[in-house]
Amino acid sequence: MASKVKLSKAQKAHERQRTWQNIKKNKWLYVMFAPVLIYYIIFKYVPMVGIVIAFKNYNVFKGIWASPWVGFQQFQRFFNSIYAWRLIRNTFLISFYGLIFGFPAPILLALLLNELKDGAFKKVTQTISYLPHFLSSVIIAGIVTSFLRPETGLFNNIRAALGLERIYFLIYPQYFRTIYTTMGIWAGIGWGSIIYLAALTGVDPELYEACIIDGGGRFRQTLHITIPGILPTITIMLIMRIGQLLSVGSDTILLLYTPSTYITADVISTYVYRVGLIDANYSFSAAVGLFNSVIAMVLLTISNSLSKRFGETSLW
Amino acid sequence: MKKSASRKAFEVFNVIFMILLSVVMLYPFLYVASCSVSSSASIQAGRVGLIPEGFNIDAYRAIIGYKVIWRSYGNTIYYTVLGTAINLIMTMLGAYPLSRSDFYGRGVFTVIIAITMYFSGGLIPTFLTINALGMYDTVWAIVLPGAISTMNMIIMRTFFQGIPDALEEAAIIDGASDMQVLIRIILPLSVPSIMTIGMFYAVGHWNSWFPPLIYFRTSTKYPLQLVLRQIVIENNTNELEAMQQGMYIEDETKMNSSAETLKYAVIMVSAIPILCVYPFVQKYFVKGVMIGSIKG
Repeated sequence: MASKVKLSKAQKAHERQRTWQNIKKNKWLYVMFAPVLIYYIIFKYVPMVGIVIAFKNYNVFKGIWASPWVGFQQFQRFFNSIYAWRLIRNTFLISFYGLIFGFPAPILLALLLNELKDGAFKKVTQTISYLPHFLSSVIIAGIVTSFLRPETGLFNNIRAALGLERIYFLIYPQYFRTIYTTMGIWAGIGWGSIIYLAALTGVDPELYEACIIDGGGRFRQTLHITIPGILPTITIMLIMRIGQLLSVGSDTILLLYTPSTYITADVISTYVYRVGLIDANYSFSAAVGLFNSVIAMVLLTISNSLSKRFGETSLW
Repeated sequence: MKKSASRKAFEVFNVIFMILLSVVMLYPFLYVASCSVSSSASIQAGRVGLIPEGFNIDAYRAIIGYKVIWRSYGNTIYYTVLGTAINLIMTMLGAYPLSRSDFYGRGVFTVIIAITMYFSGGLIPTFLTINALGMYDTVWAIVLPGAISTMNMIIMRTFFQGIPDALEEAAIIDGASDMQVLIRIILPLSVPSIMTIGMFYAVGHWNSWFPPLIYFRTSTKYPLQLVLRQIVIENNTNELEAMQQGMYIEDETKMNSSAETLKYAVIMVSAIPILCVYPFVQKYFVKGVMIGSIKG
């Protein structure tokens, strides 16, 4: 027994020596990796520590550490404000509409593309459908703004030609979600279909042959072979999407909303930007941001465990 | 095999649908292009479709004479080149050690990196950190905080892992250091994948406007996208009037409507480089998405 322990101690020492030798041998790898590690510490981990300002009353002159602790006061202030519910509802509804209308669109496109014969027509269609993905959100929002302009916009010109009145769509809150969701589908449908097309190429061709022998037509093949074949991908994408229900990016919304549409268009991330960076309420908006990321994290964790159970795949 | 009538009908429908889809995707750009060379009166009257009416290139002439656009173009090119160079160097420096199975501590480092994909400090703490580093209103606030995209680094690591170990081992036996292995063996073999990832980063820099918006105070440092936002979305009259100086406008009413043509022309000027390049680079992007989806 004793000798065995001794032996393992010697082994351990040996192991340690070998590890050390290994590190010395690969010292260049560590030199290479050092800037990467420093990058992650400075730009990712330091801001994480900086979240403490959400529990403080940050004062620019005192700095983060000398500013006084206030506990959950900033969070209370947010939940007592008239904006809290509106922001949560807007954030949720915007991604919910994206989920209902935006999620199935690329799947349908992929299924239809899959029915095309391989060739120039298919390639050109695909390439065209990717176009919006390469343009900046400013260009896309700029086109939307131009098209919806009351006096000269394309949509209003069409309305005027049909004898309808011109509407300044972007200043009425009831249109915002429709505009945003439609724009999202237009901009994302082509690019979103790639992942499903990749999954479609993985469906075993023998299954189709078997179905044809059984007398199954094209529609039955799609229903019984194609869709089940890409169902795992759909499930994972859906679950990931559900995990992001409360993470709406501020990018495009900042470009399209106006104070007159805040009532439906203002989401948590745009509010954090306005209150934090325009009004310089750092602690308050950091608290709002932290609330949002905690909820998002919880949603992601739930959806990931669902994914593990049903999709047999997961993010971690 | 004979096709049934319903199958044929479906195929016809499908082709028509795809043509419609292409039209919906392209029409906005063709319309913008057409408006940018039409007379403002025709746009206002709704007479411009795919074919311009009252053809003129005054708007483009005005833009060419307007130095803010050119300066912001130059800025964008500068940020894109510098940013992408930093991105690629940092991504390779991270990806190569992580691709080596004999890199002791690889597991720990991977966890440290992976955590940042799910947690982040958020907008405000990140902003304060970058300010505290003295980067506010400098190019570094634009190019350094996003120096590595973790997803891209993982994709590149996967590429590197695909290179046979025997090649590296042979070089090491011949006395090459790890740095030499990376530069002489790994990089030449990974040119296509490095190009792919470089293009991911470059398009990102070219289209970026939010970091410049929050980190630049000096407007002479603005990239193209921010100037575009001022003109097209915020309807910034100072900028528009300054551009109209170059348009030889006789009366006030024309002054007002020519602003529309100008906006369309500015959209075109900023979209043209991407419209020209993307059909050729899109296949690399698609490849990147495929690899990313397999890993993720």
